[in-house]
Amino acid sequence: MQGRPFEGIKVLEFCWAGVGPFSLNYLAYYGAEVIKVETTLRPDITRTGAPYKDNIPGLERSATFAWTHPVKKYDITLNLNHPRGIEIAEKLVARADVVGESFTAGKMEKFGLGYEDLKKIRQDIIMFRTCGYGRTGPLSTQPSTGFSLTTLTGFNSMCRWPDRPSSPVSGPYTDFIAPLFGGLALIAALDYRRRTGKGQCIDLSQHEAVINFVTPIVLDYDVNQRELVPTGNQCDHAAPHGPYRCKGDDRWCAIAVSTDEEWDIFCNVIGKPAWTKDQKFSTLLNRLKNYHELDTLVEEWTINFEAEEVMVMMQAAGVPAGVVSNTQDLFEDPQLKYYHHFHELDHPAMGKCAFYQGPGFRLSEADYDVARPPLLGEHNEYIYTKILGISDDDYTKWMQDGVFD
Amino acid sequence: MLSCYRALDLTDEKGFICGKVLADLGVDVIKIERPGGDPARSIGPFYHDMAHPEKSLYWFAFNGNKRSITLDIERTDGQEVLKKLAKTADIVIESFAPGYMDKQGLGYSVLNQVNPMIVMTSISNFGQKGPYKEYKASEIVLWALSGMMYIVGDPDRPPLLSSYPHAYLFGGMQGAIGTVIALYQREMIGRGQQVDASALMSLVRATGPEVQAPWELFRQIVKREGRMRLRTGTGVRTPILWRCKDGDVGFFLLLGANFIKANTALVEWIKSEGVDSGVMGQIDWKKVGWDEITEDVACQINAILTEFFSRHTKQELYEEAIKKGIQIVPALTAKETWEFPQFAARNYWVKIAHPELEAVMTYPGGFIKSTETTCGIRRRAPLIGEHNEEIYKKELGFSAEELMILKQSRII
Repeated sequence: MQGRPFEGIKVLEFCWAGVGPFSLNYLAYYGAEVIKVETTLRPDITRTGAPYKDNIPGLERSATFAWTHPVKKYDITLNLNHPRGIEIAEKLVARADVVGESFTAGKMEKFGLGYEDLKKIRQDIIMFRTCGYGRTGPLSTQPSTGFSLTTLTGFNSMCRWPDRPSSPVSGPYTDFIAPLFGGLALIAALDYRRRTGKGQCIDLSQHEAVINFVTPIVLDYDVNQRELVPTGNQCDHAAPHGPYRCKGDDRWCAIAVSTDEEWDIFCNVIGKPAWTKDQKFSTLLNRLKNYHELDTLVEEWTINFEAEEVMVMMQAAGVPAGVVSNTQDLFEDPQLKYYHHFHELDHPAMGKCAFYQGPGFRLSEADYDVARPPLLGEHNEYIYTKILGISDDDYTKWMQDGVFD
Repeated sequence: MLSCYRALDLTDEKGFICGKVLADLGVDVIKIERPGGDPARSIGPFYHDMAHPEKSLYWFAFNGNKRSITLDIERTDGQEVLKKLAKTADIVIESFAPGYMDKQGLGYSVLNQVNPMIVMTSISNFGQKGPYKEYKASEIVLWALSGMMYIVGDPDRPPLLSSYPHAYLFGGMQGAIGTVIALYQREMIGRGQQVDASALMSLVRATGPEVQAPWELFRQIVKREGRMRLRTGTGVRTPILWRCKDGDVGFFLLLGANFIKANTALVEWIKSEGVDSGVMGQIDWKKVGWDEITEDVACQINAILTEFFSRHTKQELYEEAIKKGIQIVPALTAKETWEFPQFAARNYWVKIAHPELEAVMTYPGGFIKSTETTCGIRRRAPLIGEHNEEIYKKELGFSAEELMILKQSRII
């Protein structure tokens, strides 16, 4: 394994919540130095959200914050409303390759830290800016979170039984989609600068990025004037298809049979009961037509086995199948364990937690690093006095003045 | 931004989006389809519901900006062609079953010899290695194993799939990120490398801390509860999605300094309409924390908001919420997304010509805006073998006769 691709890259993170940090984390995973700029006056919203360790609120006890920052970051508190705070921010910018921010539109400009300002400090700076709706347009100053964007983009309307209102997906789902685009663009910008010496300002409107995930729905409306049709657990080209109840409480195994070959294998695995030879199930079209009866019959078999057993039997024979994993299953999943997907890290307030994750890929020439989340202002003294060279006297005085709030 | 690079794209639907987003950033992506066209061209929906390999809207969506050649890489001639192409390519993207490319004599160990700088990005269901590497999958299998399925749906019914299949998009995107990191690292180490992107690992992340933290902190398994979401370790639940007069709106109760103004404004709004604000009217949003929101209080809040939202349309709620800075958002239909004023103001939609269909279609705009470069779709997805002549004849120098032989032997 070689070194870290982004070693030597310095990142200044003025980001809150999820999308900004998740985008920047790809740099941190692979060696970049990140200084996270927070403030005690207005803590990151993820620090003030439940669930908390032991259900006791505290700025260092939020699981959401911890989950979002599984990488080494220097954490400083800085009061950008104080003129000296802006001076210090500018000194930090001067040594940074990348500056990330996720304030609402206009805020950074108000601080004198807009892109044009940053370019004066460092001509080839890469600025990464993200907000919900984009930095121009009628909604540019509207606050948004992943929770609201997930509804706005239609993701909370996609999982639906035809006879019922939709069921939302996991909470801030778009917080896990937008940073995929953000991280990609940011790394491309670093590569571009390496080749050309030019920086740039990247503007990630989370709404605009996420709609790139639903292009087929957009086109279907454009040319066919059709909205997404809710299909429950059915598939129009596979039967049996769906989650099938297994032994135990709320245990299911998903099975998907698309081809004749898979159907033959499937019938073998379940012991070729007489019903499988019924004309009703002899072709895909017939199985789709009689899917309700088919599903009932399949479940009469699956109910006798553990979900894992069903998956293993089906997969061994060549039929797509997967346990409907609950959280415990995830943490015990053999494939995720093989890739060491979850890391257990110790933290002064959170204790030992194993939900820290790296990227969804592995590189053959670079390893990623995880590290416990930083505490608020944990590295104030180090960054201000050692890195920026502020004298101890000034540091004490400015602290009293509220510069480091 | 990335227009100096070329990618050979051998993916199916498990990896289309990887090449697409790289192409959006300028990479010259050559889609390599088997003769007769990629089987994924049979994925709907279709243009005017005509199921045809040149009319798949799914294909259009995730293969825009790419050129296309046909090639059978299971034939020795095809393998030689691919190696020739790899000489001048920077990236090879594939989503075959782990081991398939090696079997064709086109694995990384071979391509690396042909071109030591090549980055080979392999996107698969579960990864190139491990106990599940031979496992077969489909959207529902990934959705199930990722933990997403278990938490979606109503308690009185089975867990629920998304009617819009999109699980594979996560793996494709992670593949793209790994690819650009590998490109960046190339200059430092003087060689390419392999990117092993796993759709499963990518999608697991999307269950998020909401689902994973309760297990780690309280050994609590989050279950599907329809529109309700578990908020604390003590069983307090609030809805994330609400019915209103003409559809659904999203509103998620959030506490703390950042939401004092919005929560206060919401209570005022409720009162101003003559709805009893009950317990909500008594809460001091400046001070309240989740430890003070008991199950009983949550139930009351839920009832008040259910009543309030049910009196209004999506548009009424959204317009007023915007004025007051409250995050009540409509669940937009495709039509409403299309008509969304913010998109029009930012010139978001891109019109792309499809001359063969005598149509112009509207595509989403670039996923980022940049001061230095454009991003997004520039041309429609390719027809089957549309660029055979361009690539094979003009670039690789095959003669017309050679091309005829390859075509008739179904190698291209």
